[in-house]
Amino acid sequence: MRIVLFAALATLFIGFVPVDVKAAGGEVKLDHQEWSFDGVFGRFDRQQLQRGFQVYREVCASCHSLDYIAFRNLEAIGYSEDQTKVLASEYTIEECCDDQGDIFDRPAIPADYIPNPYPNEQFARASNNGALPPDLSLMSKARHGGPDYVYSLINGYPDPDKSTPEMEAELMDGMYYNAVFEGNQIAMAQQLFDDLLEYSDGTDPTAKQMAKDVAAFLHWAAEPKLEMRKQTGVRVLLFTFVFTILAYFLKRRIWADVES
Amino acid sequence: MADAAEHQAVPTEDESRRDFLLHATLATGAVGVAVSMWPLINSMNPAADTLALSSVEASLAGLQEGQAITISWRGKPVFVRYRTAVEIEEARSERWQDMPDPQPDEERVQDDRYLIVIGVCTHLGCIPLGQKTTETRGDYGGYFCPCHGSHYDLSARIRRGPAPANLEVPEYIFLSETNIRIG
Amino acid sequence: MSTEKSWGTQAFDWFEERLPIVSFIDNTVGSKYPAPKNLNYFWNFGALAGFVMVIMILTGILLAMSYTPHVDHAFQSVERIMRDVNSGWLLRYMHANGASFFFIVVYIHIFRGLYYGSYKAPREVLWWLGIIIMLIMMMTAFTGYVLPWGQMSFWGATVITNLFSAIPVIGDEIVTLLWGGFSVDNPTLNRFFALHFLMPFVLVGVVILHVWALHIPGSNNPLGINATPKDKIPFHPYYTAKDVFGLGVFLLVYFTVVFWFPNAMGHTDNYIPANPLSTPAHIVPEWYFLPFYAILRSIDDKLTGVILMFGSILILFVIPWLDTSRVRSATFRPIFRVLFWIFLIDCVVLTWCGAQLPEGIPLILTRVGTFWYFFHFLVLMPVIGWIETPRPLPTSISTPVVAKPAE
Repeated sequence: MRIVLFAALATLFIGFVPVDVKAAGGEVKLDHQEWSFDGVFGRFDRQQLQRGFQVYREVCASCHSLDYIAFRNLEAIGYSEDQTKVLASEYTIEECCDDQGDIFDRPAIPADYIPNPYPNEQFARASNNGALPPDLSLMSKARHGGPDYVYSLINGYPDPDKSTPEMEAELMDGMYYNAVFEGNQIAMAQQLFDDLLEYSDGTDPTAKQMAKDVAAFLHWAAEPKLEMRKQTGVRVLLFTFVFTILAYFLKRRIWADVES
Repeated sequence: MADAAEHQAVPTEDESRRDFLLHATLATGAVGVAVSMWPLINSMNPAADTLALSSVEASLAGLQEGQAITISWRGKPVFVRYRTAVEIEEARSERWQDMPDPQPDEERVQDDRYLIVIGVCTHLGCIPLGQKTTETRGDYGGYFCPCHGSHYDLSARIRRGPAPANLEVPEYIFLSETNIRIG
Repeated sequence: MSTEKSWGTQAFDWFEERLPIVSFIDNTVGSKYPAPKNLNYFWNFGALAGFVMVIMILTGILLAMSYTPHVDHAFQSVERIMRDVNSGWLLRYMHANGASFFFIVVYIHIFRGLYYGSYKAPREVLWWLGIIIMLIMMMTAFTGYVLPWGQMSFWGATVITNLFSAIPVIGDEIVTLLWGGFSVDNPTLNRFFALHFLMPFVLVGVVILHVWALHIPGSNNPLGINATPKDKIPFHPYYTAKDVFGLGVFLLVYFTVVFWFPNAMGHTDNYIPANPLSTPAHIVPEWYFLPFYAILRSIDDKLTGVILMFGSILILFVIPWLDTSRVRSATFRPIFRVLFWIFLIDCVVLTWCGAQLPEGIPLILTRVGTFWYFFHFLVLMPVIGWIETPRPLPTSISTPVVAKPAE
């Protein structure tokens, strides 16, 4: 009976948890994908992350920054140290300052962070019809649905042949219809189209494939310690389980003379 | 309860099983606590971004004979001194075997002209004087630490005073004739 | 004892004579503290709360070593903890989820006290100290939630500090004082960090008082009757063993959340850096504040809402006198027991309401729930105490069955 009460109370309190997560209400149905990093033992697919990085670099990076990722971090998605050096050196960093006090350009090194495409927010807005392309480092954790949201949003543009007149009519100037974005109007036009780029590993670059790869990459960017977290978790939980079993039998043994 | 205590004089099978359980639980718990302490302590070690910046490149092109520059590396000053031929000669003429921390000058430089050392006194971490020509260079012409009076020579070896060792030579390589990377 | 004492024993005795700390611990949670032998698993939650507090302080101090309390660096320094600091992600997830688990454990502890009448004489001061602990926890949790300087941090800080503007005449001055400026800004973050670091140690102090106050009358028990020495067993090894087992079970749940669902109890919006020019569409406090948040919004008048919200906690101070029944345990109070469960459901409903927009059905539920919350304490508790006929109490813990009434 006690145990039942305990379980009931515990469930009630744990039950609180999801309450606020879905508090927003009226959520759009996301296109749920299977991710390699889902589940108890989930891991990143390095090939996919590299493809995703390629999509980010060749498509997204022209407008979206990735502030919290340094070139050295790319070793974690399977690049060698030398490859990250080469990758970094393709970027230019503005450094302050030389002996004359002037800002000068130098090639990036692995310790540098991926440079922002815009020098400041005003410039970014001015270049994008007043809209600010958000930083993508934490996008996957900053939206309900995480990678599913990113994937669905990128794919959330209507087929031009099937888009209804209502979709067009309500749009403000310079805005695009998106089924997933809040309010259904987004300042970003559709970016991914089949065969937009070429994958070096031979994967077929369909729009959906690219969206999935870049969503996976952005999830890694938001939660780079995911693998270590889950692996540590398995060990910690197994250990705690053994400890709890031992503690249970010890408790029973010690209480034997009281409870009889 | 008093009964239970008296029973313990002769361990029964029951009690030895309890002892085993007790020791097993305690041991597991102790291991758990010990292992979980490590991430806590390790979080105070240098973080990945700190380690990533632990090398610095510098150009010595503008440095004239007899001059010195100071480069910041890992938050510490690295002294680079372009020694004159006379100074090199002086650093090498003395018997290094008798010095407090015996080391030949040849072992302390890669290019004879450039003396490159970490400018942190090996006594208690002050920055010795002697980089600027206007500063006192101590009795041996190299560096002098004002905190507790340690004298370093032209190879930055400790000669007199409380410091136990020579100024440390950092890891560095010459990328070219006048470009070095420290760390 | 006639044999020579070893060197170690002598040193121990020498020290113990001068500072009897080992005996003190033994008297507090050791073999010299007699506890009723019939405590059920709900009595584990006090020790568990103490354990969670230790986790929070340890991880918190280490996080503070890598955190920067400045509006320009706070968000970034938290991300640095998550990405670059060794095990930083673990420290932060343990700390962030530890806060939630601290409240889960303490709320269960409180409801246990409400069910078994642990607030009644002679434990009123023990109960007060418990409420003070909860208040300090709330302040600590609130100031801590501001530190990552995400959108929820910023707007949570704005909304909660603005509560004080409801105070007549001097309200605005108080809010300005809290902010150290004209909006939530760097001075606010700076002082919240200072307070967030300080308050846990105040909490430890009050916890020590709480444990002290516990040891004067001794632990209550599920039957609510006074335990005779015959009904008691030493805390160690009996309850230490039970608490260690309970700790294991707790850790299994806690670690599952920390390692697999570390963001389930957080808000996605807090991964967006604070933007003072744009409020997120749906702001809600952390789940453990939701029932109080619901009570705040139950009424359209600002001052009344604030009074009701603070009143909902402060009313707990007087329930030892609002409850007129002399029987402690709800086990022997047929009507009160039903009301207890209704009250618990009421709190769950209010929690749910706190996360909804205050309109339509949620608003009606919020109002009914708020009414019931106060009705329970102010009317039902005293009245039921007078009219209810409790079941006969057992004469002692060892003989509860004897006194069971004939069916």
